[in-house]
Amino acid sequence: MISRLQHTLRRLRRQPGYRRSISSLRGGIHPPENKAQSLQQPIAIPPLPPKLVLPLLQHIGPPLRACVQPGQQVQKGQVIATGDHGIVSRMALHAPTSGTIAAIGETPVPHPSGLPDLSITLIPDGEDTWHPDCLQELQNPFEHEPEDLLERIAAAGIVGLGGAGFPTAIKLAASARGAIDTLLINAAECEPYIAADEALMSERAAEIIEGIRILRHIVQPRHCVIATEDSKPAAVAAILAATAGTDIEPVIIPGRYPSGGEKQLINIVTGKEVPRGGRPADIGILCSNVGTAYAVHRAITLGMPLLSRITTVTGAALQQPRNIEALIGTPADYLLQFCGLRADEIHRLIVGGPMMGFTAHQLDIPIIKTSNCLIATTRTELPPLPPEQDCIRCGLCVQACPVGLLPQQLLVASKTADHDLALKQGLPDCIECGACSYVCPSHIPLVQYYRAEKGAMRERGEKRKRATHWERRYEEHRQREAARAAEQRARRDRLINAPVPKSAAQVGFWTPPAETSANTQPATGSTQVIDPQRAKADIEAAVRRVKERKLARQQTNPDSSDLAPGDGEPRS
Amino acid sequence: MGWFVTCVVLLGLLLSIGVLLRRWQSPLYSSAVTASGDEGQALLVARINALLPQTQCGQCGHSGCHPYAESIAAGEAINHCPPGGRDTIHALAGLLNRQPLPLDPDYGREQPRRVAFIREAECIGCTKCIQACPVDAILGAPKRMHTVIVAECTGCDLCVDPCPVDCIDMLPATTTKSDWHWPLPGTPVSVTWPSHSSSRSPANSRQAAG
Repeated sequence: MISRLQHTLRRLRRQPGYRRSISSLRGGIHPPENKAQSLQQPIAIPPLPPKLVLPLLQHIGPPLRACVQPGQQVQKGQVIATGDHGIVSRMALHAPTSGTIAAIGETPVPHPSGLPDLSITLIPDGEDTWHPDCLQELQNPFEHEPEDLLERIAAAGIVGLGGAGFPTAIKLAASARGAIDTLLINAAECEPYIAADEALMSERAAEIIEGIRILRHIVQPRHCVIATEDSKPAAVAAILAATAGTDIEPVIIPGRYPSGGEKQLINIVTGKEVPRGGRPADIGILCSNVGTAYAVHRAITLGMPLLSRITTVTGAALQQPRNIEALIGTPADYLLQFCGLRADEIHRLIVGGPMMGFTAHQLDIPIIKTSNCLIATTRTELPPLPPEQDCIRCGLCVQACPVGLLPQQLLVASKTADHDLALKQGLPDCIECGACSYVCPSHIPLVQYYRAEKGAMRERGEKRKRATHWERRYEEHRQREAARAAEQRARRDRLINAPVPKSAAQVGFWTPPAETSANTQPATGSTQVIDPQRAKADIEAAVRRVKERKLARQQTNPDSSDLAPGDGEPRS
Repeated sequence: MGWFVTCVVLLGLLLSIGVLLRRWQSPLYSSAVTASGDEGQALLVARINALLPQTQCGQCGHSGCHPYAESIAAGEAINHCPPGGRDTIHALAGLLNRQPLPLDPDYGREQPRRVAFIREAECIGCTKCIQACPVDAILGAPKRMHTVIVAECTGCDLCVDPCPVDCIDMLPATTTKSDWHWPLPGTPVSVTWPSHSSSRSPANSRQAAG
């Protein structure tokens, strides 16, 4: 009976029209989408900007090291910075166009702190000539070894384009072949305003599928799923058409924020939970962004490194919001001008989405590999939050939390800086989606509190690490000082108790008479036992000799400087 | 017969429960006994020491963090450590089940991490700061310029006084992108300690420490 049921299920699964059952997102919200504004027109490619600023840190991991000099001419696709250790050891950053390296130094970068960081500034020459190493097409990538393809992906500088920026080659290499059950392509893009992936899917679905096939060839999963939201009909239609006839399974999930979060999407599509502190690979899932799959296709099939990405440039302060294929390093203000920025209306520039993004400190920050959206808002579009009021225990935040945490408890922990309570309440599991802040009727900026508390917790961890290090250094210092003091004491004692009569001989100015040499045997080393009586006699004899010699010298040459050797002071 | 079997089974069950309980309890019991002796005291000192910031600054009046940990274990107040500040006091209070008092202002005040900076043009190479540094964070040689290895500096202040030409400044540690974190929204919610007039500056307490 059971085996028959299993057989039926298995047969059903093999059929192309099979739709896997999906779980629903826990919690979540329905904020206004605001994606249509930027989707009025196809993806635009703006003219070359007057300068490109390429930060050396556009990914998770240590920053890359520049391998060009200011003033150097570079060509499009030429490597200008490389990684030398750790997870970036094979990664590279490329010149997005040909031109001259103007400077390598600190510039504004997209970061919530507003702190500057090291970047390479490139002035385009307008020629856009390719470097000869690029554009080496692979006719059939599926005949190549996965290791070879991974090497190419790393060399193309591809990182996760969904926002995290984890080096893709490392992520793929860490998922040993056969260990991955499901390759999940994340095309949900649930955050309001952001429509970069949607535009990409609508216009370039075939290339995306090519990229997914390459990823599948590398990872060799049992299932391959591309998941997108039902709120993007054009993209869904394009993906359905492109996946028809392949064994890549399109899954259409109901549109709700934050179903595009990695762990949330995995739960929706597979029903599995990523363990706390674990990675999706631990439960046999590899999750990759749809834009990354597209970049992989370009890198492997066309031999083009990651030089550009699709970025949504939107907001009410723009005359024509649109999705732009922007070169990495394009200044944000250049893109805003391209979209018709009304300079008197812009209130603030948000990097990323309105839920998880941050306000930029300057307008001249560059587009980096992880920039998926720029929102130039007016004061009325995203008004500043009204003053915070006390929590009324309504519990709306608990219902909205997609992770199943208790936001009120986390707020208490964050406000009182009670790190242990925060840990107990699962603050590290918070994905900072902002759903709790969105529903809060008291306008409490819950996520900001959590971010601050997470930072404080991290700082505490770093303090402890530093303390352990300092303790070790202090202990070493103390032991060394103690050893030195003991040695000095021992040397002093040795000198007082058992003076070594051969000190004069050690200095080398004076050779002792034959009978003294025979008596003391100075060449045999310092371990010999010295008879104190004889040593005393030797010293007296030596002092007498020195006095005699001094006297003799003074008589012959009274002006000469005193070169009397070895007056008993030891030399080491 | 049936009655006999029931008795035997019940007896066996009781015995096994007894054995299990004994096995389960014994480690707890034995550790409680041994932890009360010198070993327990050493363990307590080690756990207190692990919560102290290890700046070895001597602002608490002791020669280092470990002696203060010993003194706390012997009953000294837990609020004499300005570099550790509020977090350390709360951690110690949790460990020792004591009241988390505010930092005693007589011992100094809590401030962001600072690091020593040698104005290298003025350094005469006397090596006095090198000898004073508890963690070997200063690099230099006699009659050669000295400099501070920032990553190793605990900000203890101990190198400032010995310098005969006063060329060492204590500067706030700079925040970089990697160690920056989000501040609390709006006005800081973290409790600020009442500021009493400081009768005993950190420098004085260091002198007291000898």
